[in-house]
Amino acid sequence: MSAVPAGSTTIPLSNAQSKSIAKTKVAVRRKSTAKRWRTTISALVIVVWCLLPFYWMIITAFRDVGYTYDTAFWPTHVTFDNFTTAFSTKLGNHLGQALLNSLFIGVCVTAIALLIGTFAAYALARLDFRAKGIVLGLILGASMFPGVALITPLFQLFTNIGWFGTYQALILPSISFVLPLTVYTLTSFFREMPWDLEEAARIDGCTQAQAFRKVILPLATPAVFTTAILAFISSWNEYLISSQLSSDATQPVTVAIASFAGSQPHQEPYTTVMAAGTIVTIPLVILVLIFQRRIVAGLTAGGVKG
Amino acid sequence: MTTATDIVPPTTPAPRASKSRKRNRETRSALWLILPTIVLLAIVIGYPIVTAIIQSFQKDPGLDAATGLFVTGGFAGVANYAHWLFQQCMSSTGQTIACPPGNLGAGFWNAAGVTFFFTVVTVILETVIGTWFAIIMNRTFRGRGLVRAAILVPWAIPTAVTAKLWYFIFAFAGIANALFHTSILWTSDEWASRFAIIIADTWKTTPFMALLILAGLQLIPEEVYEAARMDGASTFRTFTTITLPLVKPALMVAILFRILDALRMYDLPAILTGGGGGNGNATTTLSILVIKQVRSGYNSASALSTITFIIIFLVAFIFVRVLGTNVVRTQEAQQKGAK
Repeated sequence: MSAVPAGSTTIPLSNAQSKSIAKTKVAVRRKSTAKRWRTTISALVIVVWCLLPFYWMIITAFRDVGYTYDTAFWPTHVTFDNFTTAFSTKLGNHLGQALLNSLFIGVCVTAIALLIGTFAAYALARLDFRAKGIVLGLILGASMFPGVALITPLFQLFTNIGWFGTYQALILPSISFVLPLTVYTLTSFFREMPWDLEEAARIDGCTQAQAFRKVILPLATPAVFTTAILAFISSWNEYLISSQLSSDATQPVTVAIASFAGSQPHQEPYTTVMAAGTIVTIPLVILVLIFQRRIVAGLTAGGVKG
Repeated sequence: MTTATDIVPPTTPAPRASKSRKRNRETRSALWLILPTIVLLAIVIGYPIVTAIIQSFQKDPGLDAATGLFVTGGFAGVANYAHWLFQQCMSSTGQTIACPPGNLGAGFWNAAGVTFFFTVVTVILETVIGTWFAIIMNRTFRGRGLVRAAILVPWAIPTAVTAKLWYFIFAFAGIANALFHTSILWTSDEWASRFAIIIADTWKTTPFMALLILAGLQLIPEEVYEAARMDGASTFRTFTTITLPLVKPALMVAILFRILDALRMYDLPAILTGGGGGNGNATTTLSILVIKQVRSGYNSASALSTITFIIIFLVAFIFVRVLGTNVVRTQEAQQKGAK
């Protein structure tokens, strides 16, 4: 058979073509079994790729410190000691405090970004106005902005006004990358909303604001919620700015883990760090698995379909 | 009111004037809705960037070599930029000399090289492997849900934790060396440390890339593939003549995002190797160099962060120009299609 360009898709099949299809059907079936096997094996490779290092972190977290370098691929010398050590403040670690800090910073950043970003996203998705392209470009540019370019001036500014190491010194810079992400994701979600319903509400006598609040907002709740998760995760995972602007009392978990101290001065506390890493990661992984579909939709909405 | 243009078919001549009036009104309300976002971004991004640019032309405060008095700085011209680009330093007598070895200024071209090396290698690896992931995930098979869940795990793990996890995997007595019966110094050898960063970054980011590409793949109608199959096109030919051209717009945006992200890479090398390896700077990216400089001179650090910013901007500009990826226009088209 000759390879006809893909453009001929819509042409109805001729008799001759139907016949040739029937002939190849058997071969196709045999081929598809082989293909199914290949797909399954490939899928297995992907799962192993994604989960193996993660699995290694978890089983190391449960392994006795004396067997740190054990190479068994199943849990051995299981213990909970690493978790108690991770939370212990005797060695100068503040994992518990850091978790609270991250939670607090994440909630504040997410709330501010959503509160302000929703208005902008509504305008970008719903209204027809001049300079929309410029605004979109600006927000997109802001999301690609290198965080390191903010550090120098902020470091100096926060030192001068006595904000160094405070929560607001960590929340404000995080807005710089969470807000563009929020606006971007929400805009693409809002575009898919059934805006006809808003029109209907307006015909029934609602003002535009009322129509938005009473009709669109309830429908938009899943979108807003997904965006909130993405915003929170990106704030929770931030390291660069916090590592420079936080103090021992306000440092988030990422900074705490990066500088984790062990009981022996010249020995890396691998098992303790893996335990701390597990504690920090497990809530996120659970969150992500529960809202898997939504998160994928949110990620790709901002990225590709845009 | 607002429905006028939606209800009336576009061929009728009447809505022209009303459309423009509607547009004016919507421009006004849009302004108020967007203003808070713009103001906030101006504070958290605009202010620092302007300050950094001003500072990059200032002298560091210090003792004046000629008079012996303390001076607060003053205009420095392009000295801070020359410091990085041409390795020029101030001698104790106030003259411009070549930077002594070990000075951070001498590390600029190395850091730029390392950053570009990481960017090129990781983006190529992540694109190729990510495309493969996406093609597999686009097929229907049992356990597809599991794969899609698994793929989010590396993405969800904070980079700081990822770095620590691979730090442990790459420890001298760690599993990487044990598994392959090697004794590589993954965090201190020049090239091994670079590849440690690349492997860890590829592990973490490929799934995200795969998701973006998958979203592009899902926009390709199944009939197109069916037609190709009926015409007897081979898998490879189907891929090169159908999949690639049709997924190209999505792929290009994904690659652009990844390039810009890779160019500002900080967390992973900062924690995994501390920017070290080899002579102590084998994995020092531009971002790491800025952070190293911050505490020993704001103005010089400002110049370097401005250079980094300009490099990233230029790369984005060239990428968009050469490959014709217009993110905003793609957006607008998408939006019009959705309306």
